[in-house]
Amino acid sequence: MINITNLTRYFGTLAAVNAVSFSVGKGEVFGLLGPNGAGKTTTIRMLTTLLRPSAGTALVAGHDVIADPLEVRRAIGVVPQMLNLDIDLTCSENLEYHGRLHKMEPADRDGRIEELLRFVGLWEKKDTPVEHLSGGMRRRLLIARGLMHRPQVVFMDEPTVGLDPQARRLIWGLLESLKRKGITILLTTHYIEEADALCDRVAIMQTGRIIALDRPSVLKAGVGKYSIECLGRHDIPRRFFPTREEAIDASRDVCEDIVVRESTLEDVFINLTGERIEL
Amino acid sequence: MNFTPIIWKEIMLIRKKPWRFLASSLVMPLLYLVTFGWGLGRGMNVGGGTYLEFVLPGILALSAMNNSFGPVSTSLNISKLYTKTIEEVLVSPVSHWDIALGRTLSGLGRGLFSALMLVLVALATGVHLHYSFLFFAVLALTAFCFGAMGVAAAMLAHSHEDMANFNSFFIIPMSFLAGTFFSPDRLPQPFHGMIMVYPLTHASIVLRSLAAGHGLVMGSVLILAAYAAIFFYIAGRMVKRTA
Repeated sequence: MINITNLTRYFGTLAAVNAVSFSVGKGEVFGLLGPNGAGKTTTIRMLTTLLRPSAGTALVAGHDVIADPLEVRRAIGVVPQMLNLDIDLTCSENLEYHGRLHKMEPADRDGRIEELLRFVGLWEKKDTPVEHLSGGMRRRLLIARGLMHRPQVVFMDEPTVGLDPQARRLIWGLLESLKRKGITILLTTHYIEEADALCDRVAIMQTGRIIALDRPSVLKAGVGKYSIECLGRHDIPRRFFPTREEAIDASRDVCEDIVVRESTLEDVFINLTGERIEL
Repeated sequence: MNFTPIIWKEIMLIRKKPWRFLASSLVMPLLYLVTFGWGLGRGMNVGGGTYLEFVLPGILALSAMNNSFGPVSTSLNISKLYTKTIEEVLVSPVSHWDIALGRTLSGLGRGLFSALMLVLVALATGVHLHYSFLFFAVLALTAFCFGAMGVAAAMLAHSHEDMANFNSFFIIPMSFLAGTFFSPDRLPQPFHGMIMVYPLTHASIVLRSLAAGHGLVMGSVLILAAYAAIFFYIAGRMVKRTA
């Protein structure tokens, strides 16, 4: 559904995205993970036709983002990082506007509005102006809007950013049900657990480049399935082990307050770059 | 062609706050009418008629301009730089020409509405001009021209300050200099030549001629139409550049 080759975007002389290549298959949930400034949002903006690539090619649902942007836009749904809803309009009016932009038939549009508002748990709020919704509710409405016209591919840019843990769990639940429905999703996140829990494959980005790309389990196995970490000590490097027993044995010589845990994608990032994912 | 959703949203937003829309449409032109027409211009005669009859077509042109340019440019500028709501349209299969047309037509509607309200106020207070289909068609052309200018300016502006500067250095001088309150013929060269560059000057000239029962001033109509076409072209190109 998505094929990009050497996709590059310069801002002045700075390469925000530098020769990035990957493919996303139908029904796959693909994550771009990395710190702020890694190039995730720039990549998504090029794929959604909001930004023209400086070099490289990108095909979305078989259409070239430069040569055929209108066909790309017909095929995609976008859930942006910014809550760009019309706050004076109600929930259902926001979705109706989106359906009109996509030339949906009125009967289909009305049915879809009800279906999606029920899906995101906002049916009771259908006539409530968006300005009266909480941040989490607005985020759920954005997801509904992104799905309104039944897109083939959905782009989600930091879908849970700024939400409290409870609201984040709610969104994760929604994304998991979309995944079960076989919808192709490309999401960007800097939340490790999000990428780990939701994504079939993850590309880890740093300073505009992909530095690792695989299934989360494979990436984690690559560094060692278990990790030891000294509590309150950031000066001691994390160490990784293939088994819990080996990790426990090694921990005895390191420091007193130690945690042995399963490795995370952040461990993968640290192992590759020597840095934490700074938010 | 798929510009109708943009108009639909404009109508929905106006329906939410109709009194605010009505008040914002009428405040400025009413102030001009009271100040220059009934206040300053009372007892003055211009070209055989009252000053009020002279100034009203200019104020109608000004009102069409302010109410098409202002709301279109402000809302689009905020939508582009602050709320990012324009991005929803930019990632939808609506072409850049349709986006520009939808926004421009919403400006036309607002500009024409405010002018019509002002006509009703003037009629109610006993000021009678020669209103004709052509008169309102030129008002519509004026509102379209400045609606398109509003889209172009908002898409060109990189900040709210850019937009404020455009207002300060172009729109406000045009409001006062472009033959709204006096005849451009009274000004010596090179000032006369300078204000003939303003599209609003030509809107005022044509409306004033039609309001006096004379015919169309074809030269000014063509210049106004050319400005409308140029502004619309720039608006479309700028929307495309943003997408």
